[in-house]
Amino acid sequence: MAVLVDTDTKLCVSGITGREGSFHALNNQRYGTQVVSGVTPGKGGHDVEGIPVFDTFHEAVAETDANTAMVFVPPRFAADSILEAEDAGIDLIIAITEGIPAHDEMRVYNHMARGGSRLVGPNCPGILSPGKASVGIIPASFFREGNVGVVSRSGTLTYQIGNELADRGFGNSSIVGIGGDPVPGSSFIDIIELFEADPQTELIVLSGEIGGDAEEQAADYIAENVTKPVVAYIAGFTAPPGKTMGHAGAIVSGSAGTAVAKADALEAKGVRVGRTPTAVADIAMEIIGK
Amino acid sequence: MDLLEYQGKQLFAKHGVPVPAGAPAKTVEEAVAAADEVGYPCVVKAQVLVGGRGKAGGIKVAKDRQDAEEHARAILGMDIKGFTVHELYVERASDIDEEYYAAFVFDRSAKKPVAMLSRMGGMEVEAIVDEDPDAMVRVHVDPLIGFQGFHGRRLAFQAGIAADTIGPVGSLLAKLYETFTQEDAMLVEVNPLLVTPSSSPAATGGPGKREVVALDAKVTIDDNALYRHPDIAELQSGAAEDPQELMARERGLTYVKLDGNVGILGNGAGLVMSTLDVVAQAGGQPANFLDAGGGSKSDAITSAVEVILSNPKVTAVLFNIFGGITRCDEVANGLIEAFAQINPGVPFVVRLDGTNDKEGRELLARADLPNVHTESTMLGAAERVVQLAGGSSGSSGATA
Repeated sequence: MAVLVDTDTKLCVSGITGREGSFHALNNQRYGTQVVSGVTPGKGGHDVEGIPVFDTFHEAVAETDANTAMVFVPPRFAADSILEAEDAGIDLIIAITEGIPAHDEMRVYNHMARGGSRLVGPNCPGILSPGKASVGIIPASFFREGNVGVVSRSGTLTYQIGNELADRGFGNSSIVGIGGDPVPGSSFIDIIELFEADPQTELIVLSGEIGGDAEEQAADYIAENVTKPVVAYIAGFTAPPGKTMGHAGAIVSGSAGTAVAKADALEAKGVRVGRTPTAVADIAMEIIGK
Repeated sequence: MDLLEYQGKQLFAKHGVPVPAGAPAKTVEEAVAAADEVGYPCVVKAQVLVGGRGKAGGIKVAKDRQDAEEHARAILGMDIKGFTVHELYVERASDIDEEYYAAFVFDRSAKKPVAMLSRMGGMEVEAIVDEDPDAMVRVHVDPLIGFQGFHGRRLAFQAGIAADTIGPVGSLLAKLYETFTQEDAMLVEVNPLLVTPSSSPAATGGPGKREVVALDAKVTIDDNALYRHPDIAELQSGAAEDPQELMARERGLTYVKLDGNVGILGNGAGLVMSTLDVVAQAGGQPANFLDAGGGSKSDAITSAVEVILSNPKVTAVLFNIFGGITRCDEVANGLIEAFAQINPGVPFVVRLDGTNDKEGRELLARADLPNVHTESTMLGAAERVVQLAGGSSGSSGATA
């Protein structure tokens, strides 16, 4: 088991004929992911190293049974592409694109909240289930199969924490990047719920950062609903209030949304918080180390 | 991107939100001409992106041309909480009967816009709402249906605004929502939302109606949506920008200046924030946040080194890279190129992991740059750079 992506994943890549899109689609395919098709309007009938390209998601689904989409198109086309994938009946849509306008994200989120598809991202590194499938840009060679589920708002920080865990011999069930934007399609809670139900996952690592209240909401949810141990990390203790540090999501205003407030909220609910990525791995060792 | 008051009001006017007549000015002469145009009495207002302008003496009423000239001269160039006044807004003076508050904000938690209305607007609104949260009424708007008449009525009746203002406030809120969505704003705030006294009986013989006018405008536009608003993107925001931050922005880097002496470069906002924290915990003080971004090429890295070193307080620099899209060999080449162009004069600690890390480390080893140290872990690199930076106060943990 793993969550969201595995050997049953049949991936269709939106923007597959672009430079980044083709590079990462082929990387995912080399890892073992079934990349069944791609979509680029106007390039239907072509192929990218044997992967057939269609003009629309609807054709791609009809012809190749795709059940998962990866969106790699530029920000101004991304909301449209996500909505198209949903309309075509794709179950899971993973949006890598960074820089989508917030109002677009808000409309997409509120529309999808009514439907049956799940969105992960945007502005996320994707999902890796080591040994099974990789969808996105996570450097998969650093991770191996195991029992730690990781969910994170940041890409590179996810790799850092995953690497610290790997250095201590841990592997991962799945690594899920939910993205750093103000309106993520999936929240910590959505992914933690999946890890709780996943038999392969024995420990959950939550990697958060300043801004918003997703970590605080996750703390409440964990206390009520999660039986597996959870270790958390929060980035941004030294961030000055009122400054944006790269992620639109990471805006601190007043006391709410600060790293201290988040760490306190998690600890108050019994979730241990590592103050460095290394400390997260140390705590994991204490809890399930052999 | 935060807009100045008059820039926000120009957007309001475009969408039919009532605002007093006014004109911006950059010189005393322009201000006097603007005052003549809007008529007396008028208000000369400092245009800076900070609250408390009135208390700081940045807003003055002019009853005649001489007043207007004196106030313009006094306010231009004034320092308000670290912001220099480069622009003025000269506006027709308004009579005040009541002051309300109205806003649309992007609510991250609900993932919807939230409308806010209070009949207790004005300078003390925050203190009033702190004491009595019910003084501010909030209603979420489903972005798929937009702002409807009932939203306006719910807000108005619940906030308890005067009966004669319910219609005009509702219609103003609808136009404010249009501004919020069509201009891709993260915030539109009107404080105060002014209710004017009844005007003298109009020509028709009946008593004049009270009017509702936006007396101030605070507007923040989503940076990610600026491509849809080229005229807004061109505006001079007047943000107090420090020279390094300006330089970084021109080069497309995300850079935030901090108070310490350890220069920091990383890839990805989360990892960079984490790097700052780890450096602080190792007893150092970060000099900056710099996210070179995903897929950084060597010229971006060279450029970033220049930005970091342009801050004279920097006594050592830490590179913390975990490559995903970013390739470590590109980072190494960028650093080598930077050393070829400038003599940094301070020690560097470099930690490379991830995509092409072996190639990157080999490039650095071959280049044998002066005073560049490599470390294999993030924690080790942080400890090393703090030691090399020296002069730190040894403080640990979070700084405000």
